[in-house]
Amino acid sequence: MIDVMDIRKVFNAGRPNEFVAIDGVSLAIEQRKITVLKGPSGSGKTTLLGVLGCMARPTSGRIILSDREITSLPERFLTEIRRTTFGFVFQQFNLIKGITVIENVILPAYPSGENPVVLKKRAMELLSLFNLSQKALSKVEWLSGGEAQRASIARALMNDPEVIIADEPTANLDTKLSREFMEIVSNLNGQGKTVIIASHDPIVYDSAIVDRVVEMRDGKLIAGATEK
Amino acid sequence: MRLLNRQRNIIDFTLSSLLRRKRKNTALVLVYTLVVFGLASVIFSTQALKHEACSILQKSPEVVIQRVVAGRQELIPASYIDKVKDIRGVQSAQGRFWGYYYDSTVGANYTLMVSNEPSGAEGSMVIGKGVARTLHAEKGDIVPFRAYDGSIVTLQVGYILSVQSELVSSDLVLLTENDFRQITGVPKGAFTDIAVMARNPKELTIIAEKIRRLFPDTRPIIKDDILRTYETIFDWRGGILLVILAGAMLAFVILAWDKASGLSSEERKEIGILKGIGWETSDVILMKFWEGVVISLSSFLLGCVFAYVHIFFASSALFEPVLKGWSVLYPQFRLKPYIDPLQIATLFSLTVIPYTVATIIPSWRAATMDPDSVMRL
Repeated sequence: MIDVMDIRKVFNAGRPNEFVAIDGVSLAIEQRKITVLKGPSGSGKTTLLGVLGCMARPTSGRIILSDREITSLPERFLTEIRRTTFGFVFQQFNLIKGITVIENVILPAYPSGENPVVLKKRAMELLSLFNLSQKALSKVEWLSGGEAQRASIARALMNDPEVIIADEPTANLDTKLSREFMEIVSNLNGQGKTVIIASHDPIVYDSAIVDRVVEMRDGKLIAGATEK
Repeated sequence: MRLLNRQRNIIDFTLSSLLRRKRKNTALVLVYTLVVFGLASVIFSTQALKHEACSILQKSPEVVIQRVVAGRQELIPASYIDKVKDIRGVQSAQGRFWGYYYDSTVGANYTLMVSNEPSGAEGSMVIGKGVARTLHAEKGDIVPFRAYDGSIVTLQVGYILSVQSELVSSDLVLLTENDFRQITGVPKGAFTDIAVMARNPKELTIIAEKIRRLFPDTRPIIKDDILRTYETIFDWRGGILLVILAGAMLAFVILAWDKASGLSSEERKEIGILKGIGWETSDVILMKFWEGVVISLSSFLLGCVFAYVHIFFASSALFEPVLKGWSVLYPQFRLKPYIDPLQIATLFSLTVIPYTVATIIPSWRAATMDPDSVMRL
């Protein structure tokens, strides 16, 4: 589904503080599979996740999404692909404070120009899927950690993306909530979603539902990455 | 339809986004409204006053002839009138009486004029609203005047002029020719000036030129010159107010610029999140555009409405002393609403557009950042 070939991502290139975040990574992400990028802090997981999700351009290398080369597409097209193909779950959830849960869930769909009534209906369906219907009109800052996590997953699903990308999704959750998160991931995978998670949490990468674990260190894949 | 829905969705989000910073935005709208209110009040009142004064003065004589001695206006002999009447194109020429009377008891200056109406009876006068207020006089009251020779002349109030004409008649006292001569000492056979009406208004300058040649000691004043003087006076007064308001405007510009151009770290983070979840740079700019428009347009409309009420319903209560003049006899009247669309457009472009632009530019800068920075927020 997503193929990255010999990807390099260099920050502050040519300056004294130049930093190579990803160094020559080639990887194929399979459709309808759960892939985990595992590795310590600074290993390049989040950067690779950003490249896979069309959030960042690689300094060199190629990205192919569903047989289409997207490496050099202008920002506008990449945004369109990001909005329709990927749903993001961030480490800090990144919900926008001060507005309601339902407004946060609808956010990714606002620029699509869909009818607001349809959007509200779809958001309510997602919220009820994650047992958050009662909280639809609450401000996001009133949510517990688990609720905020589920709200951010609901937001990621708003545009019905093919791929869910989650960056350290359990970093702010206790063991019980982390397991609940993996159950949700399993259900989404059951519905045909491709899931890519960056995590160094054993609850995630040791989970039975994970199809493949790719280990990274110093911006490179470790040879003989775990294949389940 | 999609395009319309996109706008609607983004406006929806903008509104709930604005409500999050209720206090800050309310304070901003209040200050903004106050500035627009001040500016719009000056514009409305200056324009309406000019319009009002000019429309009243339309009825004044087309040419006024004054005699000048040593650069000062002097009384004009009645013999000039017949000679003026003989000039081709002159329809009528009539001697006029007017002057000022200082009432030391109340410290006010009245304008004395002789009424053209033949109905005015000796010993009776018609007074303006301002004079009536200052003297606490009503119809039928007797008012004493100290004449030029120290004697006392008493006149009875026959009528008080209507409110509609108060702008130019507030300090007016209309009396008969004899009473005028008795109070002011203007001798028989002399007038203050001569009012001339022409058959064809296009010939006014030629008539004025002929008068100047016939009577080198006179100064013919064309109506247009008077109107121009009035316009200049009201513009000058409006200018004074604008200078006073300039300080407030400057303070507001600094505040608005600071608020609009600087993005807080929270706002930056939000833009990052929006970009991350699939908003384009243009969507973020559109949202910030609507944010600027909502704040500046609502302040602009509120300011204009308050200014309209202030000027046309509350008799310019705050600006009265500066704009209307009259040292003691402030005219009290309601201006007829008159708004110049060009002035409103100027005010709009000076307030709404800069604010909206100041809101968009920093957001545009923030919105062009790489969306993956949201992963590190």
